[in-house]
Amino acid sequence: MEQQRAAGTIGMWVFLVTEIMFFGGMFLAYTLYRNAYPAAFASASNHLDITLGAVNTAVLIFSSFTMAMAVYCTQVGKRQMQILSLILTIILGLTFLGIKTVEYSDKYRDSLIPGKLIPGRPFNPDLHTFHLLPGASIRNVEMFYWIYFAMTGMHALHMIIGVGLLTVLLIGSVRRRYSPEYYNPVEITGLYWHFVDIVWIFLFPLLYLLGRHLAHGG
Amino acid sequence: MSEHIVPIRVYAGVFLALMAGTTLTVFAAFHDFPWQFNTVIALTIAVIKATLVVLYFMHVRYSSRLIWVILASALFWLAILFALTFSDYWTRGWFPVT
Repeated sequence: MEQQRAAGTIGMWVFLVTEIMFFGGMFLAYTLYRNAYPAAFASASNHLDITLGAVNTAVLIFSSFTMAMAVYCTQVGKRQMQILSLILTIILGLTFLGIKTVEYSDKYRDSLIPGKLIPGRPFNPDLHTFHLLPGASIRNVEMFYWIYFAMTGMHALHMIIGVGLLTVLLIGSVRRRYSPEYYNPVEITGLYWHFVDIVWIFLFPLLYLLGRHLAHGG
Repeated sequence: MSEHIVPIRVYAGVFLALMAGTTLTVFAAFHDFPWQFNTVIALTIAVIKATLVVLYFMHVRYSSRLIWVILASALFWLAILFALTFSDYWTRGWFPVT
């Protein structure tokens, strides 16, 4: 049993290694373009809603905590608390996705969806309200939004998959499938959930905070 | 890899540290530091937060050597990805291309 548990955990870690490389490629693209067009990236970043971004960071960290509690409660056999922790984690995950939806619809309203991804709604920000820092080109602002949507979109997809996995765990918990002797599914889903949290821990400062100190005067 | 149950107060401590880090990084972002220190500070806080999550929430601190090796290999290859790409981009224009 112990060997099976270890094998499952290692399998999840190997999968997470591939995920690190996958997101790593996107972080690399981000770094290169940000180096090439710092003013455009700062201007575009300043247009993101920092409050919603910060609240979402807190929501995700809290969900990681409740996930850790779910693993703990399974290990010590507190079934009620385990179910409650899983429900909380699912609610927090859905809250994150809800706030993300609000942000995306704001971008749609301001015609900030890059390229012609949305039919009849090409990238076309109102330059009277969109504050461009000196040296910033609107084309490179568009590049920022490509990267923003690619990275947050892939992250959101991982969140959706995570909520799905958590729902399976919740059903399993209600059916008394997990116990202090057998909690590996809870443990490795937790690993996945924490990984998605870590990706956001990097995305938040890199996407939302990079130009704030330049916003006023600067 | 013996089973290790992390006590609740450790989880709570990590949770509070992560929240504090988030608050700190938002505050720091509005200060105008010289050179690239805004980015350096933001990334330092992010790395500390990620390390806390990996060590405690993901139990790596209490895990077998094999998990450490798997994680280290991921970071090593990520470093190769960044190092080789930047050895190209940063050295462009150093020498005139004829």
